[in-house]
Amino acid sequence: MDIGTFAIQLLNAVQYGLVLFLVASGLTLVFGILGVINLAHGVFYMLGAYLAWWLTVATGNFAVGILGAFAISFVVGLALESVFIRRLYGRDHLSQVLLSFGLILVVDELRQMLFGRDVQSVPLPEWLSGSLPLTDVLNYPVYRLVVSLLCLAVAVAIFMVIRRTRIGMVVRAGAENREMTRALGIPFDSVNRYVFAVGIALAALAGAVIAPISTVFPGMGDGMLILSFVVVVLGGIGSVPGAAIGALLIGLIDTFGKVFMPELAGILVYVLMAVVLVVRPTGILGKREV
Amino acid sequence: MTIIKPTTRTLAMTRRSFLGATAAGATGLALGFPRPAIAQGAPLKVGLMLPFSGTYAKLGQFIENGFNLYVEQKSGVLGGRKVEFIRLDDESKPETATDNMNRLVSRDKADVVIGTVHSGVAMAMVKVARDSGVPLIIPNAGADEATGPLCAPNIFRTSFSNWQPAHPMGKVVFDEGHRNVVTITWRYTAGQQMVGAFAEGFEAAGGTVVDALTVPFPEVEFQALITRIATLKPDAVFAFFAGGGAVKFVTDYAAAGLKGKIPLYGTGFLTDGTLKAQGDAATGIRTTLHYADDLDTPANKSFLSAFEAKTGETGDIYAVQGFDAAALLEAGLGATDGNASAREALFAAMAGAKIDSPRGPLSFSAAHNPIQNIYLREVRDGRNALVSVAGEAVQDPARGCRMA
Repeated sequence: MDIGTFAIQLLNAVQYGLVLFLVASGLTLVFGILGVINLAHGVFYMLGAYLAWWLTVATGNFAVGILGAFAISFVVGLALESVFIRRLYGRDHLSQVLLSFGLILVVDELRQMLFGRDVQSVPLPEWLSGSLPLTDVLNYPVYRLVVSLLCLAVAVAIFMVIRRTRIGMVVRAGAENREMTRALGIPFDSVNRYVFAVGIALAALAGAVIAPISTVFPGMGDGMLILSFVVVVLGGIGSVPGAAIGALLIGLIDTFGKVFMPELAGILVYVLMAVVLVVRPTGILGKREV
Repeated sequence: MTIIKPTTRTLAMTRRSFLGATAAGATGLALGFPRPAIAQGAPLKVGLMLPFSGTYAKLGQFIENGFNLYVEQKSGVLGGRKVEFIRLDDESKPETATDNMNRLVSRDKADVVIGTVHSGVAMAMVKVARDSGVPLIIPNAGADEATGPLCAPNIFRTSFSNWQPAHPMGKVVFDEGHRNVVTITWRYTAGQQMVGAFAEGFEAAGGTVVDALTVPFPEVEFQALITRIATLKPDAVFAFFAGGGAVKFVTDYAAAGLKGKIPLYGTGFLTDGTLKAQGDAATGIRTTLHYADDLDTPANKSFLSAFEAKTGETGDIYAVQGFDAAALLEAGLGATDGNASAREALFAAMAGAKIDSPRGPLSFSAAHNPIQNIYLREVRDGRNALVSVAGEAVQDPARGCRMA
């Protein structure tokens, strides 16, 4: 492999890693801060993609599709939190798994009723559909670069909100010690609603943004759900920078694995996870026992 | 849900009703109506074990509609027996397939079973069918084994073996001047059997497969391998993907600028039922399959218009496979007066069936796999338009089958 090809594959790897981060960021927030295992993360990814497709086709405007998918899922997240999820805080993980599995079935059935089961594609606006020539035969789609930048922006935004704002402070305090935070009169519970809604909306945003490159189909969230959990566990539960590192590692391992060891490409990611967990049982940036 | 309710007819006949019936029968024959059924008491129980939910739900629905269309055209009667359906959603889950199939055979006492799409599920069905002897017609799953090492007198297929649509493509690609080809597919049975059959045909013609790339099933992240293809710069690429994966691969391939520089070939699944989502990215892709949307035969035209009238949708290969499953069943039942338990005669008649299918002439090999034309198609204006017949009366080698 010459240096040029290596550079292109590195670009592929980083781009894939950034996308994985975007999908997993919502999961790590909900999992790490609320302590809720949300198996339905994958179906909200799918729902975001279908919403983006539906809105883009209906309005002819891609931006409306993306923002609409984000906004609708945010509202759905708020509603779900106040009706269902808030009953789960502090309950054992089995109840959470059961409820979120139920959500998978319901959302998937709704998708079937609302959008059907066809494979769909989201048309890109003219200015995003170009591509840059890399070699004499290979081009790189501009939209993939745009997605990468967006993923970076989301990563920075999440990090800044949690580290630098008052809300972020409450969130961190609550994640550290729920009872003590409540006892001190800090409005942790009302912040919870928004954390969950943002988590769901990030999953949907990821689906919506990736829809034009991944195509929209039933079950598209299943594989992403598993990879998101790997990212979260690898990076350290609840750690946003950890999720970013985990996602990039998976992007690298997966891309170069496919090129150099195609027979093992399917398991390399899980081997990586196993090795990391043996060396650091709480994940790369994980702090304490879960 | 379409369940044709059983109706019991009495054999009692007065002279007047006999005369009336004769007259009606004669008129019916003259006008081309189906002959009135000779009552046989209980209706024939047809078990439809298909994916009615999940990724393959649409395929299951089209197969069922195709089967129903044929039965409706025969006024709900096959070989003199009223048909009653037992629908069972297999969800494309191999882990529950054996239980589901056993339920159809033992509890519901299905006389015949039709199913299914997913090869893993179909293999479980094949095993139960071999043990129980129940007639099984496979309307899609292409696993070579079903009409290979696991072939049996009671197992028939109206679709294809994975080998079948892929092998003729080898010669087509060679004849179009390509010598070095890269193949790419998912690392699972269907993909590897098709790519293997293509390589067999292509290397026999004199070509070389430079690299056989694979992606874990059902992953759809292709960027690394598309970069690899661009580095290898082969004369052409042969791909097997289906459904969402096919859409993504074809659009990624075009977005990476390879479309128009390195021609893309594949089996028909790459562009079947996915063209709307693939859009212009699919234009020019050549594929081989046992069907083309625009086959100009009376059987295909009347099938497509009847299917559209019934369902409001455009018929496709899956609908054809369901339609032909019913035709094959009728060919068998016709020879036994609707008696599905006279198995030896039933199977002999099915094996000898010659069906004027919408896909062209259809007969069956000693292994009970279809002998059929394989067509070369090209994507033009959002359709899989017929280019030529890539192989006439193509027969699967049925490796490992003791009946062949």
